[in-house]
Amino acid sequence: MLGCFFIRFSYSLVVIFAFCFSVKAEISVNDNLILEDSFPEDLSEFGFFLDKRGQIPAQNVLPYELISSLFSDYTKKSRFVYVPESSRAAYEADMTYQFPLGSALVKTFYYIKNQQQKNPEKQLLETRLLLRKSDGWHAASYAWNDEQDEAKLKIAGTTINTSWIDEHGEKRDVRYRVPNKNQCQECHESNKQIIPIGPKARNLNKDILLPGSDKKINQLTYWLDGGIIDYYPEELDLVVDWQDDTKDLNARARSYLAINCGHCHSASGNAASSALYLEFTEKRSIHLGIKKKPVAAGRGSGNKLYSIAPGSPEESILLYRMQSIDPGIMMPESGRTLMHKEGVKLIEEWILNL
Amino acid sequence: MNKTCILYCCLLLSNFVIADIHYIEPGKEIQERLQEAMILSKPGDTIQLEEGLYELTDGLSLAQSGISIKGAGIDKTILDFSQQMTGAQGLLVTSDAVVLKDFSVINAKGDAIKIVGVDGIFIVNIKVEWTNGPATENGAYGLYPVQSKNVYIDGCIAIGASDAGIYVGQSENIIVKNNTAEYNVAGIEIENSYYADVYQNSVSRNTGGILIFDLPDLPQQNGHHIRVFDNQIVSNNTNNFAPIGNIVASVPRGTGILVMAGSDIEIFENSIHENDTINLAIVSYFLETDDENYHPYPRSIYIHDNEFSVSGSNPDSERNELAKILEQLAGGNMPDIFWDGIIPLPQMILGQPEKEKVVLGENSGALFMTIDPIKYLLPFINPINSNYDNFRARRSSLTEITIDVPYERLD
Repeated sequence: MLGCFFIRFSYSLVVIFAFCFSVKAEISVNDNLILEDSFPEDLSEFGFFLDKRGQIPAQNVLPYELISSLFSDYTKKSRFVYVPESSRAAYEADMTYQFPLGSALVKTFYYIKNQQQKNPEKQLLETRLLLRKSDGWHAASYAWNDEQDEAKLKIAGTTINTSWIDEHGEKRDVRYRVPNKNQCQECHESNKQIIPIGPKARNLNKDILLPGSDKKINQLTYWLDGGIIDYYPEELDLVVDWQDDTKDLNARARSYLAINCGHCHSASGNAASSALYLEFTEKRSIHLGIKKKPVAAGRGSGNKLYSIAPGSPEESILLYRMQSIDPGIMMPESGRTLMHKEGVKLIEEWILNL
Repeated sequence: MNKTCILYCCLLLSNFVIADIHYIEPGKEIQERLQEAMILSKPGDTIQLEEGLYELTDGLSLAQSGISIKGAGIDKTILDFSQQMTGAQGLLVTSDAVVLKDFSVINAKGDAIKIVGVDGIFIVNIKVEWTNGPATENGAYGLYPVQSKNVYIDGCIAIGASDAGIYVGQSENIIVKNNTAEYNVAGIEIENSYYADVYQNSVSRNTGGILIFDLPDLPQQNGHHIRVFDNQIVSNNTNNFAPIGNIVASVPRGTGILVMAGSDIEIFENSIHENDTINLAIVSYFLETDDENYHPYPRSIYIHDNEFSVSGSNPDSERNELAKILEQLAGGNMPDIFWDGIIPLPQMILGQPEKEKVVLGENSGALFMTIDPIKYLLPFINPINSNYDNFRARRSSLTEITIDVPYERLD
């Protein structure tokens, strides 16, 4: 009897507790889950989102933006960073921030179903995670269900056949590929270690809207004040938004190539053997591809002699591979199935003016 | 009962290794099932591919070390990439100590099997093929280890690559033996690599049989210590079908062996017959480069005890610059062995150290031809030197390459 009463009593305590929490609407990140060896089946178990469908982050999960971002078949992206309380990511020149144990980088890919509408519907496709566990970063992706209320772990990747209506009113079909675990690694690998790509100080150095207000603040200042990072230098290389045509053409092109190609095409990346290096800091013209002969391009060469033939975009292998959607030719090798018209136009103009 | 038994065995073995065998059959959702097995397998595991046709739509990748992927045999287990929509190769391997054995990979849109930056790759009885025959649209490389150590390729078949059937690039400690390469632009190519043994291969009907290249402006260069011996290099007379821009596009149809730059290369006991432009050519890197760390001239080349016959009977002079020059120089009497004779300028004047020379041992009456570069620049003097005895010498052999092959995993 007594035991029974005790159980009942504790049960009601739990209910009261649960009620209190639900009133405060407080969802916090499950720190232990980030550190565990394996990834859970459901994304919601991490507690990154207050509102999953609306992609409203939980407390201490900060949204962020990059100055220039990777092309991924015209998807839009929401990015979030989580750093456990009382620790900060450390600055390192030219590198991504060194995030502490238990950090998470969260990136949701979605389509705006009709880009001509004012309040269009979104289709969430996948949320990619980079989790900083005890032995380094681990990557995985979760694909959203049709109901858009849960995303499921896809270790082997998956295919989402879908479409959207672009800003010109044209219906665009896509065989969207959610990457498998190895593909995550292929792009994120540097010297055999998985590392983040986007959050380098120079690529974060922009003004953003303070969440929930119309006030603007420098993102690095926001991160420093918000306890995410430990430092940022005042002088940073000028990565620019490649879409901003008021900016210098060379800076735009180099920013575009850096974020789309530089992670593999670097001396420590997976395309190191090609000796074509497209990081923002690369200064040697031969390694940037200027009059550089292909090494193992195969039919990716498109019967052209140089990666970049200055002044002749049509004679440049780099542009030819950006224009292709043939898997044996196209670059990047993964992460896109469609041609990025605007990116191609930028690089074409850049090569023409070299 | 069975399960308990297996469990018990596993427990018994757990003190040593728990190695699982993942059995995969072709059929529905093969892309996801096979990729998942490659991701979830643990070091020591085997992925056993049952007999059948595996119709794949996207590239596969393996990033877990110590895995064996085995099929039921060449032409029995076939990974077919004819319908491939994404991925720059059929199979990508980025992990160490991987065994690939007993299956075929056909019609990959890019390279068939690419291996990047690993220590230990053992490729045994694998066939890679583009089934429509030689075509520019075919993928570049069949078997393609790059920036790797301890590369072992044994008993494989490579057909139809628009660059090289078997290509080992920027790697170290390499054995390529007992393979067959046909109808590729290059049968076997060893590029910018250190310490390689290439032997007992059958290399015929390619554009060029075996290429030993060293190229500038790459992370690993000045390739050296390469032995090519006991190979059959016959009738490599397929028209060059490589896309322009690639270095192999400059290889003449009808080339047996082509050495371009590199040092400490020993070519011996090969049978080299009926290659329509040249049985064996040694040339310097002929394109411009500003790379100061690169040595464009071949050094310390030793050619001995090869069998040659019928070289250059139908040179590729109309399409190929190298063949054209060769034919003009030879004046109809095509040699078995050609060296372009180019050495660094100071050596032209002061002489080349003995150990750096291109030298010839016995080669069963082979015809030799080289050019004296100084005479070549002067008018009215014949620059051709066909005097074999001028280059005759004996040199100590290069040491054998050894690799720690995990034979217990190759059963």
